[in-house]
Amino acid sequence: MYEIRIHSRGGQGGVTAARLLALAAIHDGKYATACPFYGAERRGAPIVSFVRIDDKPIRIYSQIKKPDLVVVLDASVMDVVDVLQGLKKGGSVLINSAHKREFPGFSTSNVDLTGIALKENLIVAGAPILNTPVLGALAKMGIISVDSAKKAIREMFSDERNVKAAEAAHREMSS
Amino acid sequence: MDTIAEIPKEEFILKCTSACAGCSDSLALRYVLKAAGQDTVLVVPACCTSVIQGIYPNTAFNIPVYNVAFAAAAACASGMSNALRSTGKKTNVIVYAGDGGTLDIGIQSLSGAFERGTDFLYICYDNEAYGNTGMQRSGGTPIGARTTTTPGGKTDVKKDIDAIVAAHDPPYMATACAAYPQDLFKKVQKALTFRGPTFIHLLAPCPPGWRFSTEKTVEMGKLAVKSGMWVLWEREYGKLSISAQSKAAIRKPIPLEEYLVPQGRFKGIDPKSLETLKQRLAKNIKKLTAEEAEV
Amino acid sequence: MKKIATGNKAVAEAVKQAKPEVVAAYPITPQTEIVEQIAEFVSTGELKSRYIPVESEHSAMAACIGASITGVRTFTATSSHGLLYMHEMTNWAAGARLPIVMANVNRSLGPGWNIWAEHTDSLQERDTGWLQVYVSTVQEAYDATLMAFRIAEHNDVLLPVMVNLDGFTLSHIMQPLDTVELGDYIPPIHLPFAIDPKNPAGYGGLTGPEQHFKFRWEIERSMRDSVPVIKETEADFARRFGRKYGFTDEYRCEDAEVVVIALGTLGKEAEVAIDMLRSEGIKAGSLRIRWLRPFPKIDLKGKEVVVIDRDYSFGFGGVLAGEIRAKCGVDVYSVIAGLGGQEVTYEDIAGFIRTRRIGKEFWFGVNDHV
Repeated sequence: MYEIRIHSRGGQGGVTAARLLALAAIHDGKYATACPFYGAERRGAPIVSFVRIDDKPIRIYSQIKKPDLVVVLDASVMDVVDVLQGLKKGGSVLINSAHKREFPGFSTSNVDLTGIALKENLIVAGAPILNTPVLGALAKMGIISVDSAKKAIREMFSDERNVKAAEAAHREMSS
Repeated sequence: MDTIAEIPKEEFILKCTSACAGCSDSLALRYVLKAAGQDTVLVVPACCTSVIQGIYPNTAFNIPVYNVAFAAAAACASGMSNALRSTGKKTNVIVYAGDGGTLDIGIQSLSGAFERGTDFLYICYDNEAYGNTGMQRSGGTPIGARTTTTPGGKTDVKKDIDAIVAAHDPPYMATACAAYPQDLFKKVQKALTFRGPTFIHLLAPCPPGWRFSTEKTVEMGKLAVKSGMWVLWEREYGKLSISAQSKAAIRKPIPLEEYLVPQGRFKGIDPKSLETLKQRLAKNIKKLTAEEAEV
Repeated sequence: MKKIATGNKAVAEAVKQAKPEVVAAYPITPQTEIVEQIAEFVSTGELKSRYIPVESEHSAMAACIGASITGVRTFTATSSHGLLYMHEMTNWAAGARLPIVMANVNRSLGPGWNIWAEHTDSLQERDTGWLQVYVSTVQEAYDATLMAFRIAEHNDVLLPVMVNLDGFTLSHIMQPLDTVELGDYIPPIHLPFAIDPKNPAGYGGLTGPEQHFKFRWEIERSMRDSVPVIKETEADFARRFGRKYGFTDEYRCEDAEVVVIALGTLGKEAEVAIDMLRSEGIKAGSLRIRWLRPFPKIDLKGKEVVVIDRDYSFGFGGVLAGEIRAKCGVDVYSVIAGLGGQEVTYEDIAGFIRTRRIGKEFWFGVNDHV
């Protein structure tokens, strides 16, 4: 089983990112569950969402304690949240960042999701959409296939710019 | 009171509430508590304010807050007020409830408490939907507004809770708006001088619910009053006086569209609903101005 | 058709296919998504129902009763305090013999306000005459809701059915969902005593001491008659759609020396604990109770039993533990865990089994044995 924890702020689409990822994994023929953690959730507050992917039905509902991958959609949450907590030894980090960041001991991938979203004009209520481009980065990391990523995006969103942004993230992600 | 500087400085709402950015519920409550002072108990049914207080073991409000079940606020306040007064205490008992908890599920206990002449102040902060659960329609939602349970726009008109409360002949009732803090402050102070049930119906613009950007809360409140959609007035023993800001708005109103267009909940509003809104607005203003003019 | 859905959306999807004539509901976290989705189906025309946005949960059940007695299919959904506020009317619905289906998203009771999973809400309804089923996956939430309509409306039953799903833990997570082509799986509703001005009758009026108890027995008789109806409904579901259910969901119980019993998602996660314990050489099994009413026949002879109660009856004990002791004639190790959404993992469950003390009660996170 592969466990992913996604860090973002309320209103940024972190919960939808989890759903898209699970949906893409299901299109890859895997089993997947996605779950948001509901604290006192409101716009702007740090939130976490979880995704589990496995080849067998997933029977675990409790929170992910030792993720294999941590995704940070908003680097500013790192001021208040320890995003690396529990990350397995040899685990990976995927961070939305314009400049190269490193987390010693963990393999880190950087991708400027915000920049990509702005370039594609993928903005809603003044905020760049990060949850569709991040799927492209996750596909580049091999978590899901590119075809399933696009299929999942198209099932949830009619605007093709979401797919273009995912493709850009796929191209631009650096490890 | 002419300037905001005359409002007391002591804060009863402490830092780190759980309110959304741009929330007018906590903004208004700040002035309510400044007007009421330390010797106050707030009775709060299920509503946004239940969450805004924060999570155990902290509370962001520096007065006793009694949280109670959704339908029960006015009944609970009735018991509390009776108990306090019977032991000689003058503590203000203030219910601070949303529109859902007042117009819908709370209306039975509201009516009972008012009919029995309970000595308390009931404040309904109205964000025109069930905010705490994610903006479903309530009896307070205006016709044409989109909510999560009226995705095509509400097809029923907003329930006139003021008329319902007025039918109980309370000694004092008023409307207010979170965008006019001095007016609200004065009205709360005045309400607390009366013995018996008093009622303040407060418009509380809500950025996530009405779908406008969080820095425009006060602006929305002002547009509501300037367009005549929300009229500020008071009734003392039933005698109506329209507040100065609304008198000015009635003389020179701005077009209703200026209030509706910036709100996502009115986007693509059905023309018939829009017409109904305008007619009801006009009718309300006509009725209020005629009543005030009566000698 | 394969999709991905939350527990709430899965329930709404099933309701859409069951086509109730009237849905009357009131918002409450964590059920709200069910009624929002239904309201959207109605507004787009995908579901041709009348959606009544009532002013409270007491009114929601009252409206369902009023609609149901005219002979149409009805549905509502609630949680926690909403269910509590409905309590007078849930009793009324069962006594009135109305096949109303309700989804209850299990949530704890205040004060203090807590929005997370706990079973005390629906367990407090267990005496009412409602049938109750507890689901543990998104797929099961969908399937059980479809089956609920058929079971409730069967003329040997004519009792309301409550489908329970854990708040947030199941209502808000996404899992794969395979929807079905219903065909004629749910027959059209026929209420033999529906209101009919051409055939007037008084409903629910004054009944004296020499008659009233007979009506109460009728409820119990139908509750017992629902057992073969449930079996047949589930068997037909398996035949048509390939998924089998049952009164209980047993995992590795056949040769188990110790069995852990729970409701809802805890009962599913327990299976992971069982696999762990088996690899340690402990012959453990899990038995997830699905149908709580009518209470199923469970044979626990010769096994040690650990019961996890995500609920409590103050001054008595865990509700499930009490029911197992009473109905199965065994003593149990009663664990109280998961109240108010308290996190309980498969490792915790394995721990309960390893450290069991039959006859004792243990409040997880509070103290040692009471």
